[in-house]
Amino acid sequence: MQIKENPNEYDVIIVGSGAGGGMATKILSEAGLSIAIVEAGPFYDPANPDQMTQMKWPYESPRRGGGTTRFFGDFDQAYGGWEIEGEPYSQVGDTQFKWFRSRMLGGRTNHWGRISLRFGPDDFRKKSIDGFGDDWPITYQDVKPYYDKVDKLIGVFGSKENLSNDPDGFFLPPPKPRLHELFYMKGARKSNVKVIPSRLSILTKRINDQRGVCFYCNQCARSCMAYADFSSGSCLIFPAQKSGGQIDMFLNAMVRTVTTNEEGKATGVSYIDKTDNKEYKLKGKVVVLAASACSSARILLNSKSKQHPNGLGNTSDLIGKYLHDSTGGDMMAFIPELIDRKIYNEDGVGGMHVYSPWWLDNKKLDFARGYHIEVWGGLGAPSYGTGFNINSFNKFFGLKKAGGYGDILRSDMKKYYGSTIGLSGRGESIAQKTNYCEIDPKKVDKYGVPVLRFNYKWTDNEIKQAKHMQDTFEEIIHNMGGIPLWGKPGKESNYGINDPGWIIHEVGTTRMGKDSKNSVVNQFEQLHDVSNIFVVDAGPFVSQADKNPTWTIMALAWRSSEYIIDQFKKQNF
Amino acid sequence: MKRRDSIKNMTLASFGASIFLESCYDVSREKIARSLTRYEYGRTPEEKLYDDKLFEQEFFSNDELLTLDKLCNLILPPNDFGSIKEAEVVQLIEFMAKDIPSYQEPLRKGLSWINNESKNRFNNLFVDINNSSQKEILDEIAYYDPNKNMNDLPEPVQWFNLLRNLTMTGYFTSEVGIKELGYKGNTPNVWDGVPQNILDQYGLSYDKDWLDKCIDQSKRNDTAIWDKEGNLIS
Repeated sequence: MQIKENPNEYDVIIVGSGAGGGMATKILSEAGLSIAIVEAGPFYDPANPDQMTQMKWPYESPRRGGGTTRFFGDFDQAYGGWEIEGEPYSQVGDTQFKWFRSRMLGGRTNHWGRISLRFGPDDFRKKSIDGFGDDWPITYQDVKPYYDKVDKLIGVFGSKENLSNDPDGFFLPPPKPRLHELFYMKGARKSNVKVIPSRLSILTKRINDQRGVCFYCNQCARSCMAYADFSSGSCLIFPAQKSGGQIDMFLNAMVRTVTTNEEGKATGVSYIDKTDNKEYKLKGKVVVLAASACSSARILLNSKSKQHPNGLGNTSDLIGKYLHDSTGGDMMAFIPELIDRKIYNEDGVGGMHVYSPWWLDNKKLDFARGYHIEVWGGLGAPSYGTGFNINSFNKFFGLKKAGGYGDILRSDMKKYYGSTIGLSGRGESIAQKTNYCEIDPKKVDKYGVPVLRFNYKWTDNEIKQAKHMQDTFEEIIHNMGGIPLWGKPGKESNYGINDPGWIIHEVGTTRMGKDSKNSVVNQFEQLHDVSNIFVVDAGPFVSQADKNPTWTIMALAWRSSEYIIDQFKKQNF
Repeated sequence: MKRRDSIKNMTLASFGASIFLESCYDVSREKIARSLTRYEYGRTPEEKLYDDKLFEQEFFSNDELLTLDKLCNLILPPNDFGSIKEAEVVQLIEFMAKDIPSYQEPLRKGLSWINNESKNRFNNLFVDINNSSQKEILDEIAYYDPNKNMNDLPEPVQWFNLLRNLTMTGYFTSEVGIKELGYKGNTPNVWDGVPQNILDQYGLSYDKDWLDKCIDQSKRNDTAIWDKEGNLIS
């Protein structure tokens, strides 16, 4: 097969355009470096009317917003999902790992929950605290200046709370709680569960003249046409282009390998153009991988050569290992007091206005790590599924009769609208060497690239944490006068813990550390083995805290980008 | 009336003939019917192709569609807000049966069941028996004990529940249904907390400490400036 080679040599090739790739693009291009972004999906701009789903009504979709083509509903802005045709992944034994991929400029930042939490000082040194996993080679103080800069550049609302492990930042003011959130606050406080305003990267206040202010449509998952929420395109890549960055975009380009020379140094990447199925090569002095933790691991493992027989940068044999996702558990309840609600516009921002950061001391508990609680409910927009089994809640009034037909259905619909509330726990799992992704030796995708195979088991720590979530949710719901909608999951179902991958916080596959025996990258996310390759997605996470990873991905990507600029100045590439 | 025509007529009726006449697409009637669906909401080209493929397929026969129309109208009779026809509920069920193929068998089986039942008891098809006879059949399958698992109930009860679900969702996700439900959102606005009369209704109030942290909406357009400690000073 003929491989087409681009004659340009870029200073930096960035693979992936999500949180990490977007941040690297911005910082590196603004330093004057020439950049090639290689993205596996098409161009996407939340303000492009042809791609926009924001402010659409359910009846503007033939499936009324249902989830057949996009898992989270067909207005959700993620091109891809758990399964992508022709791009399978496999599992070892009875592993049920779920891998969510979004192939578009900006990646998963276009639809995510915008929950933007800093890791706290303890989150970088968990081994010193509880003996599990490993400490990071850096501390909160190393990352703090970058969290501060990310806050100011992108914008995040929140409040000063002076909590030791949930550090404050440069916040925009939060929105006032909604009705169901006031119910939650009352119920949680009764059980001594702390509640504070959420911290989401949504602009409740102007931060510059490039971006609009939130107009409260509740649709951040559809990506904001006014750029009032964070997405990598609107907040990082487009501004970098506008400020004159030398940025070339290679779209619909699936990177197969990082190419290397006789000395084992990276020379660029090879990719398959999805539009013509041909292979191309790009040359670069530095390669920055930001394809997402598992995709970057896959690229490195597939980049075998004489100099790197075990995969690129893999003398530690740790690439793919220590894969870990957040734990997840949920409970949904009916609140009898909330029947027959008076209706007003309760959309608010896209996500919860209040949440509970981890509030307990694990030393007094039978599991090692904490979780935070997210809350949802309200007078939401109807969508496919609205009105299903509408009066099955009759059972909560002791009635043995539901269903029917005729006008009773209309009144039941109005009676029960907005009467449910949901609680979700998102917790920290402990990174295990035995949980990993690896190359499946027997399978390739439709581009002929070997695919990933997952092996993952939750340990006792996560399962006991999931039990604690359920017990807590039950108590809070009881305090709210609510009734859980389904039976409480017990031991036989591991207390309802979600399958690994389900929370879409997969991290750890190219872990950071001091030396090449126990880790893949150093504190600047640079491969120990190859000095001109960096990984700036969540792969380098040593542990992932009970916080969502995006803010830390960006803080670290910024820090690593400054290091790359410094190395360029020292002519080390 | 041919089945394809019946769908088209339903579509035309809902969008008004003017759209049909004004549209200048020089394409087949099939394509016109589809373009009239104006499903333009940021689909990818692949998704559009998939949807178009579904629109080209026919699942229900004309008789089945007419039976569905009758049933949906019994489930939600028209009122001042709107109707099954205006909400395009039958078109949605036809589409969903192709979009989620696991719906096909139960939906079709149920339609055949209700016609058999109607023939056995009233010597005619369901659409041709009178309203009270139709209700007599429905009354036997429309109610269930919500404490029981739906999968353990008789098949006709399960089928009717599925049909009721699709009808409810079809109506209440339509323009008329959303208006009837009273949903007020999906429009630019400024959220400034739960209205006072609602707080009073539930005996709730905002803590002063908490409110002090929240956005002062009169300053939302002032560019944020912080001091060195991260206190907002604008």
